[in-house]
Amino acid sequence: MTLAAASHGFLTPSGVEIAFLLVGLVTLGAAVVTVTTKQLVHAALWLVVALGGIAVEYLLLTAEFIAWVQVLIYVGSVVVLLLFGLMLTKAPIGRSPDADSGNRWAALLVAVASAAVLVWVVVDAFRASWIDLDGAAQGSTEVSGRSLFQHWVLPFEALSVLLLAALVGAIVLSRRNGEGPQETGRAAAPVSREGQR
Amino acid sequence: MHLAYPAVLAVLLFCVGLYGVLARRNAILVLMSVELMLNAVNLNLVAFDVWLRDTLHAGQALTLFTIAVAAAEIGIGLAIVLLVYRNRGSSDVDKLTDLAERSAEDEQAHPQSQQQAEAAA
Repeated sequence: MTLAAASHGFLTPSGVEIAFLLVGLVTLGAAVVTVTTKQLVHAALWLVVALGGIAVEYLLLTAEFIAWVQVLIYVGSVVVLLLFGLMLTKAPIGRSPDADSGNRWAALLVAVASAAVLVWVVVDAFRASWIDLDGAAQGSTEVSGRSLFQHWVLPFEALSVLLLAALVGAIVLSRRNGEGPQETGRAAAPVSREGQR
Repeated sequence: MHLAYPAVLAVLLFCVGLYGVLARRNAILVLMSVELMLNAVNLNLVAFDVWLRDTLHAGQALTLFTIAVAAAEIGIGLAIVLLVYRNRGSSDVDKLTDLAERSAEDEQAHPQSQQQAEAAA
């Protein structure tokens, strides 16, 4: 944690900064396409690009372990889950004109206003701060493992219980009711099944 | 590296996710936008952890915990979306208005307008 000296100007970026900037632009563009595209499956695929870009940013910030965890969990499983969700809810392939709701202009206004305020505050607060990336990697697997299992063992174990609870909850929620005739293909029509519950 | 770069990128990603949550109509796309917002927070956590050179590595540990909680959240969220879809035939957030507050005049006006439509037909 050192303050940026006069030698670290914004106009003379280092190589890491240039790489961070370029990958950040790709990430941001992919995120924008994710929230604006009208093709639902393309949104999930652009999300892969955005999350992969964030993994590269972690690597540039010398947090290796988090980067690979990001690739494994987000790109590997979360996006696959989202694609399965899109398929199971029979999302239309191709352009769906009603992907955005009617309040998108209000949403755009809120997003731009909050972005302006937050960028202003963050730049004002941290423009003199300098991350020192030299020396040993801050987030190598060894360092992360040591800190995780020396200082953070109890939250780690509690997290495993949380994951188990989420697993059981997801199974209970998506299980069909045992009683009653199981008609097939009922998901296609908006059947009112409130009476059965 | 200037701390401003990761901080500003995280802010912009968060606001893109905010726009997605507010503007999208499909519940699964809303979940994707929530993932974007969570990732922005994770980027902030990692950047500040590296900046502060924390000996406990609290930022990176918390990032791992956030990733795990996000995985749990996406599982439960998709199960709920599938349940809604199975019950109502649509995963459209705008149509889930059972808890919306309607005035009594609306309730009376609707059957009347339907009757008028039928009469006109």
